[in-house]
Amino acid sequence: MEVGSLLIILVVLCAVVALLYGPLRARGAAPRDESADRVAELEARKEAKYREIRDAQMDMRTGKLSEQDFRILDRQLRAEAMEILRALDEEPGHAVADHRLG
Amino acid sequence: MATVGRALLILALAVAAYGIFASIYGARSGRTQWIVSGRRAVYAIAALVTGAFAILEVAFLRSDFTFATVAAHSSTTTPAFYRAAAAWSSQEGSLLLWLWLLSLWASLVLFLTRRTLRRVAPYATAVLLGLAAFFAGLLVFLETPFGLSPIVPLEGNGLNPLLRHPSMMIHPPMLYSGYTLFAIPFAFAIGALITRQVGAADWIRSTRRFALGAWFFLGIGILLGARWSYAELGWGGYWAWDPVENASLLPWLTGTAFLHSIMLQEKRGMLRIWNVSLVLATGILAVLGTFLVRSGILDSIHAFGASTLGVPFVILIGLLVASSIGLVVWRREALRSENKLDSPLSREAVFLANNLVLVAMAFVVFWGTFWPLIAEAFTGTRRALGPPWFDRYTVPLAIVLVLLSGIGPVIAWRRATAANARRNFVVPGLVALGAGALLAVSGAADKPLALAMFVCGAFVVASVGQEFWRGVGVRRAMTGEGPLGALVSLVARNRRRYGGYLVHVGMALLFVGVAASTAFDAARDIRMAPGQTTRVAGYDFTYVKPTSKISTTTDGELEKISFGAIVDVHRDGRKITTLRPERGYFPSRDIEGLGAIGRFFEGEATSEVGLKAGMRRDLWTAMTPDIRALLPAIRQGDRVFEAAAGKLTPQTQARALGAALTGLVNRYSADPPPATFRVIASPLVSWIWLGAIVVFIGALIAMWPGGDAARRRVTAGYAARVSKDLARDDLARV
Repeated sequence: MEVGSLLIILVVLCAVVALLYGPLRARGAAPRDESADRVAELEARKEAKYREIRDAQMDMRTGKLSEQDFRILDRQLRAEAMEILRALDEEPGHAVADHRLG
Repeated sequence: MATVGRALLILALAVAAYGIFASIYGARSGRTQWIVSGRRAVYAIAALVTGAFAILEVAFLRSDFTFATVAAHSSTTTPAFYRAAAAWSSQEGSLLLWLWLLSLWASLVLFLTRRTLRRVAPYATAVLLGLAAFFAGLLVFLETPFGLSPIVPLEGNGLNPLLRHPSMMIHPPMLYSGYTLFAIPFAFAIGALITRQVGAADWIRSTRRFALGAWFFLGIGILLGARWSYAELGWGGYWAWDPVENASLLPWLTGTAFLHSIMLQEKRGMLRIWNVSLVLATGILAVLGTFLVRSGILDSIHAFGASTLGVPFVILIGLLVASSIGLVVWRREALRSENKLDSPLSREAVFLANNLVLVAMAFVVFWGTFWPLIAEAFTGTRRALGPPWFDRYTVPLAIVLVLLSGIGPVIAWRRATAANARRNFVVPGLVALGAGALLAVSGAADKPLALAMFVCGAFVVASVGQEFWRGVGVRRAMTGEGPLGALVSLVARNRRRYGGYLVHVGMALLFVGVAASTAFDAARDIRMAPGQTTRVAGYDFTYVKPTSKISTTTDGELEKISFGAIVDVHRDGRKITTLRPERGYFPSRDIEGLGAIGRFFEGEATSEVGLKAGMRRDLWTAMTPDIRALLPAIRQGDRVFEAAAGKLTPQTQARALGAALTGLVNRYSADPPPATFRVIASPLVSWIWLGAIVVFIGALIAMWPGGDAARRRVTAGYAARVSKDLARDDLARV
């Protein structure tokens, strides 16, 4: 094997080891933030629900839903959105996560 | 550098194995530093494989024949443009491309989700690393791209001439981008199943765009393959239900179904088992597609056992299928739907029907593709199913699919009342019926299935047009914008909706093009001498005169000898166009077997078609010259050069060879023998390519990132309203 090739391989090997070992050098195990996971999930649900509300509005405006059907559906969707917001407010990490995701 | 390339792949394999361990250990122990280290393993593999791929590319571009794969798949006479693409024409190069793209896409998605999906992502990382380890293992142990030539040849075998087409530069990377991107939702679905997060909106939100990207790239790859077939293969068609074509269509069909049904889960928490099964099936079909393309299993069934790739791929696919089924059964409790279908008159119902049709199409394609294997297993005889079999089932299903893609945009979510349905269906229905009546009296009634497709296509265009019209109207009433401004802001603020609608229009155009060009094409195979004319679909094709030329590379090496024809096309005495089909002969390296002159005419040959494309009709011709008339002169030349072997200096021999070939080429032009022509007049083929462009523009709009500022404002507005309602609700309780 050529010396040049061997040197390249050694440099790459060291770089890979440094890359992989870097996080393991951190002392102690950082606890997994369960609340952040729940917040992210609720944020995703909230976004999906808002999209559903907007879709319903668009459906009403473009004539796919009658005014009466829309009112029933909109009330139902908003109630579901409120449940999600209520759950979000109960999460201690909400403000931080909301800032990050926003 | 071959040693470095090989070392990088061995390192990538080792890093993948480490990353699998680190990710799973981190996920199970809750030690996030191991999870981070596992994620970094993916980045490291991306860097390592990028290095390996760059080494291989440089070897191809420099025609470094010390690399066995370069000697086998390229040559100094291969144009530089195609030398860059020759890397993935080989088995080992294409596997390396797969691994490279997988590592890049996986790195991107894991970087984007590094602060979310904390429970799902480590398992998804392990799955992606498992796939990377499989391909790295193949490249290290079975199909290395860095093998050395035992004796370094002065010249390589060259790239298969059929692959010397611009779309072949892009086609494989597009297909493989599609396949590898489908591995991402697959991996996240496995992670979601393991962690019982399968109903979560978060992983769907994070991976949906990648699924759409996979669908987009795979679609481009399929279309480029069809275009290549149409322009390069000399048979005049764009789709032959070939196993390799079908292999790419299968995950595209199930992926299309997934992109629709996932909306039902996102909005209503419905169809969880169905969705997760679809995304798992799509991921597995993507691996199966790679296997079919690379192994040649269906072309050579008996070579399957002896294939170096067959056994590992079958084990991998078996493992993926078994683990997917096992996980779905294991987590069936978490996969229960939150809601049920409110009404059969709803967009949910249309999506469900659309899914059933797409999966039925996928099943038909799967069955037809694998029938030779199934038949051989039961009867001992291999029998392939041809296009008529596929058409019998896929054509009616495609008609229903197009019809549903017109109904979907104009029907409401949850429940559509009869009055609303009437209001929304009247205009598109009348347009479709009007178009159908017009086409029926114009002669389309003879082909009822094609007519049905035209009617459904018109229905789609009208229903989507009506949606845009109404949307723009609403926007103008709300904001006072002009029509164009309202259209732009309407689409910009509802990208998923209107991007999706454009995709529907594009697919309708594409299917109309397919229906018209297959039902109403006129083709003729005919042998003509210069001056003779043949009539096809009212067009007169006249073989005016032959053409011939010798093409050389920039280095002065002979690349190919071409014999062609000038064909004038007239209709009712008026000249329409001139077509110039050609047949190119690429030299073989077998001088001893084929002779010094013969090797220039008996190697690989390709067709360059003569094509006049138009929105109404394509006029297409390919020709095969009858070079038998030249054979006596070719044989005589071979004998002369054989007798002179060793007596001439290389320069003298090269000059003599050049003179002999020029003489043969001039002789063909001066005294042309009759040639065989395939002549086709085919309507609306251009609609297929136009439809595809519309589809891809729509898909780009739908997956375009951002709109963040607009979304935040809207979201904030809604949040304020919903929060206000919530506060009022709380006060009422107090």
